[in-house]
Amino acid sequence: MFYIRCPYCEEHRDEQEFHRVAEANLVRPSDPDGCSDQEWGEYLYFRKNTRGEYNELWVHSVGCRKFFNIQRNTETYEILNTSPV
Amino acid sequence: MEKYSAFTLFAHALKHHKNWQPVWRTPSPKKTYDVVIVGGGGHGLATAYYLAKNHSLKNVAVLEKGYLGGGNTARNTTIIRSNYLWDEAACLYEHSMKLWEGLSNELNYNVMFSQRGVLNLGHTLQCMRDIERRVNANRLNGIDSVVLSTKEVQKLVPALDCSSNRRYPILGASWQPRAGIARHDAVAWGYARAADALGVDIIQGCTVEGFMLENGAATGVKTREYGAINAARIGCVVAGNSSVLSSMAGFKLPIESHPLQASVSEPLKPVLDTVVMSNHVHAYISQSDKGELVIGAGIDGYNGYGQRGSYSTIEDTLRAIIEMFPSFSRVRMNRQWGGIVDTTPDACPVISETPVKNLFFNCGWGTGGFKATPGSGHVFSSMLSEGKASMLTKPFSLERFYTGALIDEHGAAGVAHS
Repeated sequence: MFYIRCPYCEEHRDEQEFHRVAEANLVRPSDPDGCSDQEWGEYLYFRKNTRGEYNELWVHSVGCRKFFNIQRNTETYEILNTSPV
Repeated sequence: MEKYSAFTLFAHALKHHKNWQPVWRTPSPKKTYDVVIVGGGGHGLATAYYLAKNHSLKNVAVLEKGYLGGGNTARNTTIIRSNYLWDEAACLYEHSMKLWEGLSNELNYNVMFSQRGVLNLGHTLQCMRDIERRVNANRLNGIDSVVLSTKEVQKLVPALDCSSNRRYPILGASWQPRAGIARHDAVAWGYARAADALGVDIIQGCTVEGFMLENGAATGVKTREYGAINAARIGCVVAGNSSVLSSMAGFKLPIESHPLQASVSEPLKPVLDTVVMSNHVHAYISQSDKGELVIGAGIDGYNGYGQRGSYSTIEDTLRAIIEMFPSFSRVRMNRQWGGIVDTTPDACPVISETPVKNLFFNCGWGTGGFKATPGSGHVFSSMLSEGKASMLTKPFSLERFYTGALIDEHGAAGVAHS
């Protein structure tokens, strides 16, 4: 069970108040029509899925409903940092 | 290979069971193999077995960093079914189901395959519409599948609360009589024993740390314990750790690794002689031959490699079970554990060539890989032997994530996808 600090509410809350969204810092191609199938597919589906330190986008879904980044270790489950997007 | 039978059991009993052969050898790896399989779980061992048996490739090694069948093979709820919606998936899982049906005989090892049937419950009108659609699709694909009414469900599973005043009343179910469960360890051990007998080298305690790459082609693996091992072709069957291996070879996969938890209760007298799954309240349950209730549900939402998940997920799962079986509310749970599942965006596996020549991946089985063990090994062995996809595996290539031809089994296959 994670105990997560929301960087907006500035409080620690139970994991159940939050939802994990996706890998952090995914950049949508600025010109989707100009993308090759390869580039668009990579953006939509292909992920780093790192074992170890990893950045994830979460949302405080039943709190302030804002999105923020978590830096965490996917092997030890340690949460290293949370920061506003 | 020493044949197992009632007669050999009797003969060994006369000698106080002191002369049984080891079930497989413990060889040191050779310098060079025709095929190296990374990952000694059910899928990897099945691949090795079918390579040796059907493709006459005997110079094969299986490298396992831990012990055989110690990953997801040992951590699942052993449900086997083939009632998938889409043709591509249905054909693949039905192929596997047919192999299950003769597996104990083929391997001369009792995998305790028990075709006790699987129920997928419907709790809303939309559930029932989806069930009707899926059952019809199954029947068109030659898969045994029927729609049952509430009354028929109640008759099959007396312990299930089918009263109409529940929060999630049971309106009916899909029923696949040929589906069932098997003994997870026996599957890994049976394949290992049969593959070993055909000359496959099974090497436990051997961690792959990288690939030897030349001009965009893989020529072997680097291992921590045994150094470099050359291979003409390499097949990776490492489930949750697939992305770790693919990053060693320099490419990404459309896979995210999540914890998936399961639990078993204390042993009870027989109370449930089939498998009950519910997509809507989201849990599945069966009773093992030991009498334990085997319970599972959905993944934890975050990425994780820790083979454990959050307590709230277990609580949700058991709550769903109590919703269906109020009489289980006083049952004590014995053990709980997690495995790392390799989920894809469309809940279908990746059985594919990769950007690196001679390197193949069989992964992405996510939360439902156990049922596919024989089929997965069978089709992946033909990919490793031919060097290209077959009719069955073509739709499951990495290419589908570029063309958009996804096989959307999420929600379609009676998911709680297990």
